[in-house]
Amino acid sequence: MSKHSNSLKNKYWFGGLCMLCAALMLLSFFAEQVGGPFKIVASFTVIPMQQGVNQVGIWLHEFSENFKTMKSVQAENEKLQEELDMLMAENSALQQEKYELERLRELYKLDMNYAEYEKIGAHVIGCDSGNWFSMFTIDKGSLDGVRVDMNVIAGNGLVGIVTETGPTWATVRSVIDDSSNVSAMVLSTSDRCIVNGDLTLINDGKLSFEQMENNDNTVVIGDQVVTSHISDKYLQGILIGYIREVSVDSNNLTRSGYITPAVDFKNLQEVLVITETKEDVKNKTNANENVN
Amino acid sequence: MKLKMKRVLITILFVLFGFVLQGTLFQRLALGSIKPNLLLVIVASIGFLRGAKEGMLTGFLAGMLIDVQFGGLLGFYAFFYMVTGYVNGLLGGTYYEEALRIPVAFIAASEFCYGVLIYLLMFMLRSEFDFPYYFSHIIIPELIYTILVALALYPMIRLINYRMETEEKRSMGKFV
Repeated sequence: MSKHSNSLKNKYWFGGLCMLCAALMLLSFFAEQVGGPFKIVASFTVIPMQQGVNQVGIWLHEFSENFKTMKSVQAENEKLQEELDMLMAENSALQQEKYELERLRELYKLDMNYAEYEKIGAHVIGCDSGNWFSMFTIDKGSLDGVRVDMNVIAGNGLVGIVTETGPTWATVRSVIDDSSNVSAMVLSTSDRCIVNGDLTLINDGKLSFEQMENNDNTVVIGDQVVTSHISDKYLQGILIGYIREVSVDSNNLTRSGYITPAVDFKNLQEVLVITETKEDVKNKTNANENVN
Repeated sequence: MKLKMKRVLITILFVLFGFVLQGTLFQRLALGSIKPNLLLVIVASIGFLRGAKEGMLTGFLAGMLIDVQFGGLLGFYAFFYMVTGYVNGLLGGTYYEEALRIPVAFIAASEFCYGVLIYLLMFMLRSEFDFPYYFSHIIIPELIYTILVALALYPMIRLINYRMETEEKRSMGKFV
């Protein structure tokens, strides 16, 4: 008797939880704020633990490293490496900016002067729990000024985009994620294309691109691919990678191929978040135009 | 009452540790960029050992954690893991938990269904039809790795469960 009523009770529990899940799915499909309270709970429970585990990992790593090199040398090296990364990012950004600016001035007589983007550094503290998608969490959140749709870079290449934020953490979808599509262009010819992440290519360290116009411009292997000016979410001129293979599609109208990403996604530890979204940039330029 | 609280706390700790380790430590232990599904092992084991109700509540908690941090749709993974806990709870009642073979087989079956369902819902619906590739490169390696982890993790969960059960029985004896 009691066993029977127990299983009946379980069925009610099961039905109730199913309904709760369905309701949450519907709600979060229509309104994005539903996750709010859960996110705050996460920032009290999981995030500190992730940070702790990472600290232990980093500590162990450093400990073993000390057997090989002096600590002072290592610290200095780390600092210099960080500086180098920053400078490299800055340098390539400046170069691209200059290149872009010259071209735009020449072609359109536009003096678009996009200021150097403000960046904040963040540590990668956790990765996606499954094998199907390539997302990761960083230890900076809305309290540090991180917002959804901010671009994330590392070294001198594009890593991804912020998809969710909590008070002390944010989730980043990397460009190699299967559901990631980035509007890009080849720097040398200005031909636009779409760069897709692809789960089947992740292990080969490749990204695919498609829908590049099949015109007279020759694209050679090694050409830089950067984010395009028509993208809604990505700031213009961030390096994505280098052309690896290019071929004409069977329709003879478009070209497609593969890109080697500029970032080493396997060993991502520190990233820089650009604290300016494309939306901000657009609003700014609109405001400037109105003033003029 | 106190013991019940303790059990709830231990279960929550299990899920939290599983989630945190999966995102941090197992990221480094990944073989060929495949990592085991630790949370599924925990949820299925608890369902198997403790019955449908605790299984589905644990599953709901685990799925919710994934949803909040990585899911697009809140409640999606929660639903998956909840069903896993529930089904394993229903099946667990009809078998003895002493042998390692049957629970691990159930965990493996859960993992397999999970992989296929994720493919169907998240990839096939986006018109990516290369099922053989996903099957041989993601689903099967993840399944094998998960079985290996389950072989180590299930006895641990069973041991802790056994300790708690004897403690509960002892305190019941005191009242009677």
